[in-house]
Amino acid sequence: MSEKPVTLTLDGCVRGARLCLPIMPGTIAFGAVFGTVCAQKGLSLLETVLINSLVFAGASQFVAMELYQAQLTFGIVVAMIGVVAAVNMRMLLIGASLRPWLGHVPGRQTYPALYFLTDINWLISLREYDRGERDWGIYLGSGLFVWVIWSCAVVPGYLAGSQVTDPAKWGLDVILPAYFVALLVPLWKGRRQTLSWFAAGAVALASWYFLGGYWGILTGAVTGALVGAYVDE
Amino acid sequence: MNDAIWSADGMFVLAVLGMTAVTYSMRAGGYWVMGRVPLTPRVRRALESLPGAIIVSTILPIALKGGLSAMVALAVAAGVMALWRKDIVAVTLAAATAALCRAYGL
Repeated sequence: MSEKPVTLTLDGCVRGARLCLPIMPGTIAFGAVFGTVCAQKGLSLLETVLINSLVFAGASQFVAMELYQAQLTFGIVVAMIGVVAAVNMRMLLIGASLRPWLGHVPGRQTYPALYFLTDINWLISLREYDRGERDWGIYLGSGLFVWVIWSCAVVPGYLAGSQVTDPAKWGLDVILPAYFVALLVPLWKGRRQTLSWFAAGAVALASWYFLGGYWGILTGAVTGALVGAYVDE
Repeated sequence: MNDAIWSADGMFVLAVLGMTAVTYSMRAGGYWVMGRVPLTPRVRRALESLPGAIIVSTILPIALKGGLSAMVALAVAAGVMALWRKDIVAVTLAAATAALCRAYGL
């Protein structure tokens, strides 16, 4: 079986960006919400833009801001980096699954491009690869496009959010946990998730009760992953 | 105000650089490893189970701390997602639910 060569064209990048369009309202809304969260936590606009555009990983940014305190200690900085690592661990897997496609491209091109890896351009790239697409501009164009949109979306959210004096009154404080719930629901497939999530929740609550703070995210997540690994279909 | 908007705390910048570095190492790390070691089915299942486990571990303490209004709001979010799979709708209705609960003193 002969393989089509993997190429990179501007046309492919444009098509990749266009494939993102249906998902962009969600990206814009949550980028704006992140700006609002940062404003409420007392970050400056520059700090908000830095964390948003450099880290560029939605859910993990929100979790890091849950830990943020105005007076940052080394302990909190290490904890923020730790939870970001834990939340983004799935990127190890989604990156690995792109190997069959991007593996044909020289490393000096793929390793910079992997900075723009997100769930969105990963899903789009895998779908198009399955359909026979071999222009990896699909991956790169969609990744760059999402980065630009995400980077811009945070600013109006920050400016509007700093006007909100009592977020709880408007229910703004439940937006973040509700977003997590919204991400969780489609992940449920059956018994493996039920057992994994139950174990994760039990260990997280026990950690929260006995250790306090945020350690439950790490202990619960690792427990859930181990249970998920050992529950056979 | 303009000065405050463009200021950046040194410790915060350190945290951002650390988070950026660790996230990039994940983005590139799995791809790099896959060029060398095959993933066993068990490792793959562990990594697949991780996102859901992280989310559960994050939400539960928040729901318990937030009291009745937060729990009702999160239940609404879960219900909307289960029925319509629209995350924006789920989040908007959850926020509206929490605001209503609190307006009535729940």
